[in-house]
Amino acid sequence: MSHSTHPAAEFTPSGQLQLGVFFQGVNSGTVWKSAESGSQTDFESFRRIAQTAERGLFAAFFLGEGLRLREHLGRPHALDVAGRPDAQTALAALAAVTTNIGLVATQNTTYNDPADLAHRLSTLDLLSGGRAAWNIVTTDNAWTGANFRRGGYLDHADRYTHAEAFVETAKRIWDAWDDGAIAASASSARWSAEGAVRRVRHSGQHYSVDVTPRLPRSAQYRPVLFQAGDSPEGRDFAARQADVIFSAHPQLDDALDFRRDIVERTLRAGRGAQDVKIMPASEFILAATPREALEKKAWVRSLQIGPQQAIAYLEQFWGRELQGYDPDGPLPDIDPVVEETSETRGSGFHGAKARQLADQWRAEAKEKGLSIRQFVSAKTSRGDSTFTGSYTEVADRLTEYARTGAVDGFNISPWLIPSGLDDIVNHLVPELQERGVYPTEYAGSTLRENLGLATPVRAGAGVETDSVTARV
Amino acid sequence: MSTPPAQNAPRGHGLLLLELDGAGSHPAAWRVSRTGPASVLDPEHLRGAVLAAESAGFHAATFSDPGLPDPALPDPALSDPALSDHDHPDRDAAARLNALQRAAFASPLTRTLALIPEVDTVYTEPFHLSTQLASLDYVSGGRAGWLVAASSSAADAAAVGRDTVRGERLSGEAADSIEVSRRLWDSWEDDAVIRDVPTGRYLDVDKLHYIDVENGSYSVKGPSIIPRPPQGQLPVLAPAGLLTPEAVAAGAADALLVSAPTPELLAAELAATRAGLAAGGSGPALIAELDVVLESRGQTAAERLAELNRHTVWQSPRARFVGTGAELTELLTDVLAWADGVRLHPAMLETDLEELSRLVLPELRRRGLLAPTIPDATFREQLGLARPASRYAAGATATTTAPGTEN
Repeated sequence: MSHSTHPAAEFTPSGQLQLGVFFQGVNSGTVWKSAESGSQTDFESFRRIAQTAERGLFAAFFLGEGLRLREHLGRPHALDVAGRPDAQTALAALAAVTTNIGLVATQNTTYNDPADLAHRLSTLDLLSGGRAAWNIVTTDNAWTGANFRRGGYLDHADRYTHAEAFVETAKRIWDAWDDGAIAASASSARWSAEGAVRRVRHSGQHYSVDVTPRLPRSAQYRPVLFQAGDSPEGRDFAARQADVIFSAHPQLDDALDFRRDIVERTLRAGRGAQDVKIMPASEFILAATPREALEKKAWVRSLQIGPQQAIAYLEQFWGRELQGYDPDGPLPDIDPVVEETSETRGSGFHGAKARQLADQWRAEAKEKGLSIRQFVSAKTSRGDSTFTGSYTEVADRLTEYARTGAVDGFNISPWLIPSGLDDIVNHLVPELQERGVYPTEYAGSTLRENLGLATPVRAGAGVETDSVTARV
Repeated sequence: MSTPPAQNAPRGHGLLLLELDGAGSHPAAWRVSRTGPASVLDPEHLRGAVLAAESAGFHAATFSDPGLPDPALPDPALSDPALSDHDHPDRDAAARLNALQRAAFASPLTRTLALIPEVDTVYTEPFHLSTQLASLDYVSGGRAGWLVAASSSAADAAAVGRDTVRGERLSGEAADSIEVSRRLWDSWEDDAVIRDVPTGRYLDVDKLHYIDVENGSYSVKGPSIIPRPPQGQLPVLAPAGLLTPEAVAAGAADALLVSAPTPELLAAELAATRAGLAAGGSGPALIAELDVVLESRGQTAAERLAELNRHTVWQSPRARFVGTGAELTELLTDVLAWADGVRLHPAMLETDLEELSRLVLPELRRRGLLAPTIPDATFREQLGLARPASRYAAGATATTTAPGTEN
């Protein structure tokens, strides 16, 4: 590991790509209707995906989190896969049966306490020998808050201020142990040397923390930080705090723009141009030939969006039942009954202006001659983030990303569990290795090493950073 | 110790639980460990300990992670000559990794051990806790349990910016949190995942339930974000006396941990605890708590304890056995006549676990006093508990059919 004493002022492409896998657990992209679709909750599915990814030298295994079961028109949403384990519990189990792959837990800043979450992430980091990461997400709605003591308390505008204070507190907790704090030998005065652990205090509007951190640093110093927010505030937050952005910009031109924007923001935040890695969400539909891949794509799409999903998708925006409409006919001619779509189907659906959107969509479908099902399939296909083609074709496309430095890698959502990485690891990875853009072995045993991240500089080393006065 | 009268007899489970933390239960255990002070946080050390416990034939391992003594606070023992280590038994304590995650880490490494983290109910979010414990049940294939704790520590309260909870409210917080978890575990009926291709439904929404818990302190809506755990309901263990008799009678706990000041007093304490339970055979199992220091490699147990106590005196609220493996076998033979199981707290894991597995467990097994260890058995099965139907299912009754993990 190198120390980032001289942050780079200019971005230089590394010419390399990394892969991560996102076992989603809740979404419409996971096919559950195929005979090959396995359990979404049994540990064997997680073990199989993680071990396959590790065989393919993937940098990271990524788990999501949603703290309330998604709803559709006031009842739990029935049509998509749902129900997943707690990310850190599953990753702690995976730490025992993997050796190199990074373990990324999505965890919410709104419904956790900093001292508790930092302690659990430290544990995962130590249990895995320095392979833990935290994907930082924020929530601001009372609907999710209904599951928690604290309830829904956060204004939308405050969520990043709150999240940032939370992350800063977590970092101070991870920085609290001096090197050599643990007894060097059996004759030391005590197990943790007196005065070698700094107390962390924070007092804010929403929570206060006064804790003596309970664990030392890991082999990678502290967990790697992922972040996915795409708004200007989210990008600045990532530029200041994150190590990796789980981005929504997989198309080459768009990815290059996003890279430029992030490099600019990162430099503005006083960090080096290479300090924030970018890994867009992506889906891969691969086969031996381009034609087979296209056929496979049509099959996958038909399983992802059936007639019921197509109608339900529109119902979410219309806010009313649309069961009378033919999935193979035109979009509904009636207007939505809601002003704005709610958060109950997930953040991707939240806050759209319903009537405006309906008008726009009707015009779009009419112009392209699309039925409800075709239209929804196009809307939800994540077309932007899908790489479809033969192994060699896709490897060539990805090589261009490596050459230009548009991204540092891809975070792949398999559409099939648990076999969805097999063709990527068996066929795409060797093609990428042949082209010299993908590792042929793990660079190290920690996630930070494998992502090429510098060791963090300690916040206030040797200084008693006793409290933060900023109110959030 | 005598044989208990029939109404006080345990159900003959013969379970042995092992407290599996750090270098051992004695605060100075790390000083005599062969692997060095830092190894208490080493996953390889944990892997070795878990495998040794399973191989020795224990039925369950428990994990705990109380906070450290606060090194930032002045240590009265250093400034006040009238005080000694005796007043600060924990100042030598080593850090511990989160208990629930250690249990999860142990899951894929083991097949028979039940894995039981001790988790606080006062300063934790019940919704998170329920999800984490259900997840532990999934990763362990139905071998998870929950040892309920209720922290009265001011440091724990300050860490999350809440007021310290003491007295009767501890009991209430514990009972409330258990109730939330139990309802959330039931909030998906077993067959809620239907994968019905003709209707396009992955879930049967009629089999998902809002729990709508409202107690004095908070409310939780539900349903759970994870399907019903493999065991349906994880066995809940609680220290005897934490929960009110009413909560115990209502089924909040499946097992109670019983402590006495000395080994000789355990039988009487077990009898008194059992007598205090509601009549009938469906009450919680009773598990006796016992600290253990054994003779080893030519060193008597008393010598070993003295050596450890020279660094820090071991204080605990539990009965303590100090002696030979053969003497412990006799004691456990007596205690198992009164208790459904015993949890052993070895002073020093490496040494005492070796002696237990060499001398004590084989002889107890030969005497027919221990339950068999069955690969892939659930913890409920070990406790002789039927797998209950969800409370929200139509015509809910206990059933012993195989756990319906999602498929």
